[in-house]
Amino acid sequence: MNGLFTQAYIIVAITAGLTSALPLMLAALGETIGEQSGVLNLGVEGIMLIGGFSGYVCVLNTHSVLLGGLCGAFFGILSSLILVSLSVMLGLNQIVVGIAITLAGEGVTSVLQQSKYGSSNPRLSSVSPVKIPLLSRIPIIGPSVFTQPIFLYISLLLALVVAWGLLKTNAGLRIKAAGQKPGSLDAAGGSVIRTRTFSVMLAGGFAGLGGAYFSIIGSGSFTPMMTGGLGYIAIVVAMLARGRVSWVVGGSLMFGFCVSLTTVLQMAGINIPSDAVNIIPFVAVLATLIIFARSAYIPPALGVPYIRGSR
Amino acid sequence: MKSRKLGVDFIRTVLPVLLALFSGGLLLLILGKNPINFYSDIWRFGIAKKSWQDSATMFAPMLLVAVGLIVVFRANLWNLGYDGQYLIGAALISGFSPYLTQHMSVWLAWFLLSIMAAAAGAAVTIIPAWLKAKFGTNEIITSLMMSFITIGFANILIKGPFQDPNIVVPQTKVLPLNHMLPHIPGTRISIGLIVALAMAFGVHYLLSRTSFGLKLDIYGASSKSAQHAGISVPKMVFTLFLISGALIGLASSVDILGHWGYVRTNWNPSYGNAILPFVFLGRLNVLASLPFVMFYSVLATGGAISTQRSGLSSDFLLVIVALILLFMTVIEYIGTKQDLGQSYIPSGLKRFLKFSKSEGDLG
Repeated sequence: MNGLFTQAYIIVAITAGLTSALPLMLAALGETIGEQSGVLNLGVEGIMLIGGFSGYVCVLNTHSVLLGGLCGAFFGILSSLILVSLSVMLGLNQIVVGIAITLAGEGVTSVLQQSKYGSSNPRLSSVSPVKIPLLSRIPIIGPSVFTQPIFLYISLLLALVVAWGLLKTNAGLRIKAAGQKPGSLDAAGGSVIRTRTFSVMLAGGFAGLGGAYFSIIGSGSFTPMMTGGLGYIAIVVAMLARGRVSWVVGGSLMFGFCVSLTTVLQMAGINIPSDAVNIIPFVAVLATLIIFARSAYIPPALGVPYIRGSR
Repeated sequence: MKSRKLGVDFIRTVLPVLLALFSGGLLLLILGKNPINFYSDIWRFGIAKKSWQDSATMFAPMLLVAVGLIVVFRANLWNLGYDGQYLIGAALISGFSPYLTQHMSVWLAWFLLSIMAAAAGAAVTIIPAWLKAKFGTNEIITSLMMSFITIGFANILIKGPFQDPNIVVPQTKVLPLNHMLPHIPGTRISIGLIVALAMAFGVHYLLSRTSFGLKLDIYGASSKSAQHAGISVPKMVFTLFLISGALIGLASSVDILGHWGYVRTNWNPSYGNAILPFVFLGRLNVLASLPFVMFYSVLATGGAISTQRSGLSSDFLLVIVALILLFMTVIEYIGTKQDLGQSYIPSGLKRFLKFSKSEGDLG
């Protein structure tokens, strides 16, 4: 047991925690934007898989991690256009369309993976971390938090941008209005449809980016259904965070360290069945939902299509 | 006039399936496979000769899952935890059946096992139903979370107490053939089909001919008016979730006792996902969903072999299901607008197509 608290273990735990927290954080950030604008995107799981697969293929061919991330985000936006056109514009049932996107994402990526890389299943070379000067020399935090792939710093920067955008800008105000009282946004001269389109596309981009992070940095390869429900956890994190980005980041980090703690325990030779490890995050999320059941507040117009003039 | 309405309804329900199969064929072409071979294989291994009997065996659990979904969906409640409810039943059945069938009469054992699976499926829905009834917490999320937890738990059971020690791959003991459900005389269809059909007709009666069915529809239309009419909303939510979970649990018993005989870890047929579009196409009506579920059982039975023969992942069927869902929503939309006598291009899309003036900084 003593071995658990040595520096090496703590560094591994922090690094692993960040690696598993970041995909969730990105997806939950996107979902926050979408939910605030009144669109429940149940397709996150599928979009993450699509982003993960396209990012993986891109890195495999170009060896550029940044291009891979961009590629994941691009295909994420592309697949969110289904939700935009059917649910935002035509006002069709968001739950049904969301499930369809998830099924399509799972099916398409699984079929493509098997037909292209089924036999070889190539792995990506591990991404070299960037050492931040000075800060990376701090003991424990230095080699873990400040020695990470550049992708991580960009993601954290994006979280700051989203927080600022939702709180301080006109666009953020419009997004919240579209989720709270779409009629008043319309009356004030804004367009609910455009605002929601913009938000859902952003959400798709973030989910795709999260998926790419998962495949490129998290696992270094792509296997069918690899996200294993992470997209749904992102929806819950966004719901519990109620639009506050700091909560999204905090919640995701907590999730990440939950996951890494179990890996570290396994490394230390304490044997836990892997299935038990896999359900811990879901148990934690469900427990949070039960404890905070009263405050799992969602925007009043969430899931309701906007039809001008309707009551 | 009535026959015209029927014709339109027919087109509205069949067209999405045809469009999905067609675009699935296009996808196959893009992947460099032969769509004609693919679909004729489905016919060969799903219907032709005696293979329709395999499809009929597959049909039984799917029908039960479909009925379980219809009951909650009609009330506008979303029980998406079907995978967990199914798998926990499957794990318990395959774990206990080799012992129970040896120590008592098989009929009693089958009966007890089915009750156990139904109870387990229902138990999984308790937390989501409670949260929904008490706090109004979104049941989509809670039932999904519960599903992931239960799947993990089922896997722990299969790798732990239920594992057959004589086989390397973690799986349960295989139920001997003479302890599995018998066939309908003259066929190789399990009698599970009769159980499933009986349950389906029973639920259809409950939904369409009893005051409970009417209450359910009122609650589905508006929970506020249901409350106003003196219907206890929490009771309604609990009852419906429990029925739904029990039916899905029962599906696993019909499937394991009638078809598989054992369960491997990480095995998940995920009937719920696949059946989802078809209960919508059947307008959440049990009888109307029958032909669609039948269609899918053929597609799944034939498709399992057909995808393998074309060297595809069996998840290709998921793509077809997703396409059916998407085409269905669009065609439904166009149909509704036409009924109302409006142009079917919505004003939002019209404005978008013109994309003329910029109204704000979001455009």
